[in-house]
Amino acid sequence: MAGVALIVLPFVLEKGFSEYYLYLAIKIMVWALFAMSFNLVLGYGGMMSFGHAAFLGIGGYTCSLLLVKTSCSLALAFAVAPFAAAAAGAIIGYFSVRIKGVFYFATITLSFAQLVFILAFKWRSFTFGDDGIQGIPVPALISTDETYINYYFFALIIVAISVYLLWKIVKSPFGLMLRSLRENPERATFIGMKVQNYRLIAFVISAFFSGIAGVLYAFLETAISPDILFWSMSGEVILMGLLGGMHIFLGPALGAAIMVLLNSFITSYTEYWGMVLGIILILIVLFFPKGIGGVMFEQSQKWMRKKGV
Amino acid sequence: MDFDASMLFIQFISGLSRAMILFLIASGLTLVFGVMGVVNFAHGSFYMIGAYMAFTLTQGLTGSVGFWAALLIAPTIVCIIGGLVEVILLRRIYDKEHLLQILLTYALIFIFNDAIKMIWGVDLRIVDLPESLAGFLTLFGHRFPVYYFFIIGVGLAVALLLWLLLKKTRFGKLLRASAEHRQMVDLLGYNVGGLFTLVFIMATWLGGLSGAVIAPTVRLSLGMGIEIIIEAFIVVIVGGLGNIWGALLGALIAGQIYAFGILYVPNYAMAFLFILAAVIIIFRPYGLLGKQAQARG
Repeated sequence: MAGVALIVLPFVLEKGFSEYYLYLAIKIMVWALFAMSFNLVLGYGGMMSFGHAAFLGIGGYTCSLLLVKTSCSLALAFAVAPFAAAAAGAIIGYFSVRIKGVFYFATITLSFAQLVFILAFKWRSFTFGDDGIQGIPVPALISTDETYINYYFFALIIVAISVYLLWKIVKSPFGLMLRSLRENPERATFIGMKVQNYRLIAFVISAFFSGIAGVLYAFLETAISPDILFWSMSGEVILMGLLGGMHIFLGPALGAAIMVLLNSFITSYTEYWGMVLGIILILIVLFFPKGIGGVMFEQSQKWMRKKGV
Repeated sequence: MDFDASMLFIQFISGLSRAMILFLIASGLTLVFGVMGVVNFAHGSFYMIGAYMAFTLTQGLTGSVGFWAALLIAPTIVCIIGGLVEVILLRRIYDKEHLLQILLTYALIFIFNDAIKMIWGVDLRIVDLPESLAGFLTLFGHRFPVYYFFIIGVGLAVALLLWLLLKKTRFGKLLRASAEHRQMVDLLGYNVGGLFTLVFIMATWLGGLSGAVIAPTVRLSLGMGIEIIIEAFIVVIVGGLGNIWGALLGALIAGQIYAFGILYVPNYAMAFLFILAAVIIIFRPYGLLGKQAQARG
């Protein structure tokens, strides 16, 4: 049912509203994929990475640079980008996963990510510096010049496959092990698990899918700038996870949808969007600490029990 | 171009003044974590409010009077706001997990940023130095802005006062005790809640002071709070989360690294701070002066 809705949705949005809503729908999908990839590390792995913007950005930049600077085909550029992000994830993860303190983990991932940001910002000859890359040559088939419809389906297919794979990973024995060592790393070590290996693998997978989200992001905007690598992006994806609920598989996607929609609606009424967001976040912390997705999940469980299902 | 000792000396002094600014900000951040176990991401906002308050005060009262009034009044207003934040919000989340604490203080950044936008607008603001501090001082044949030494002096004074407070007073003993074992202090009949409020007021006062002190050296903008918080956070982490002397050491290193980085590789000077953080964490996963137990957070 949800699948049908996602296929019909763009036509409804386009006919009933405007292209802008279609753009928003794609933006939600991209951020949802990023937030869910990130949640493999935060929610399932218990690692508070504060540097995931690096993987989003490396994915987006790799694909954009290949398309702009070489005669590489779209398919190849798109295929290489997530592996570049995963490679960065392997390097950053190698040094980070052994760090046990929450804030030290956050800081080391932040530091690496900021180094990537500084490189993209200052290395003009390679990355075009703070000008970024404008007018990424997106092939006609998925071009967003006239309508977002084609790109919507392109993004939908890629996001659906990625989310399906993430789901498989979470439900696999690997996913279970990952959660068990989040709950109790000592015990996991005692039963012979190589805790750091599991954490590293989760980190690399997460970087890989974040890289895919980065490519989709770059195509959607047909431009990319160092902003995508800045630490506030890493902060935003944490907010999405917490807002939606990081212990529910689809929670971060819900968080992403809420953030994107709130942002677009509130900014059309007031320039003080941050004030509204801040108040909402505080209410979440005080009253719904499991996130909106968490609350919905609990309510649905209660309802089902009442119905005797 | 001769790389004589004098060039190094000039950079050393400029690095020292930068270090003291970082220490002023980092001290409040690390104090709150050390005693209360909370990383206050909104600390940069208190710093920013301090700077904007200083702007308004020096507009109202010109000349030296305005500057000194700003230095006293701005941090006081900031710490009143800080006290309210602690009483209304923070004390509800001490027993919650770190992520929620981060989320709350992160939310405060958005709120304060917009509040400042409402009150002061988005234009860049400049705070003038009083004449008495605007001049230059000649030291070993080199001219330095007097304000460099003023900043260094304020930093050292704060370090000294914190040392006296923590080591020589009963209040300091209580603070150290609650940092080690909150429940025990509570059981002994002390009002730990009140103690936490006081610590947060002190920390935000320091944040406001650093904003007021730095105001004449920068253009005030809405991004200044989040810009500084990352740097201050790294200084705190490098030194050892929760350790005041660690923050001082971290600030001294970060200040010098920046001063010499900008001399030799100006484009990438900021990168050194992050390289430093990564290297320190890899080799000392609890910071230079930190304790392993605290790093676990």
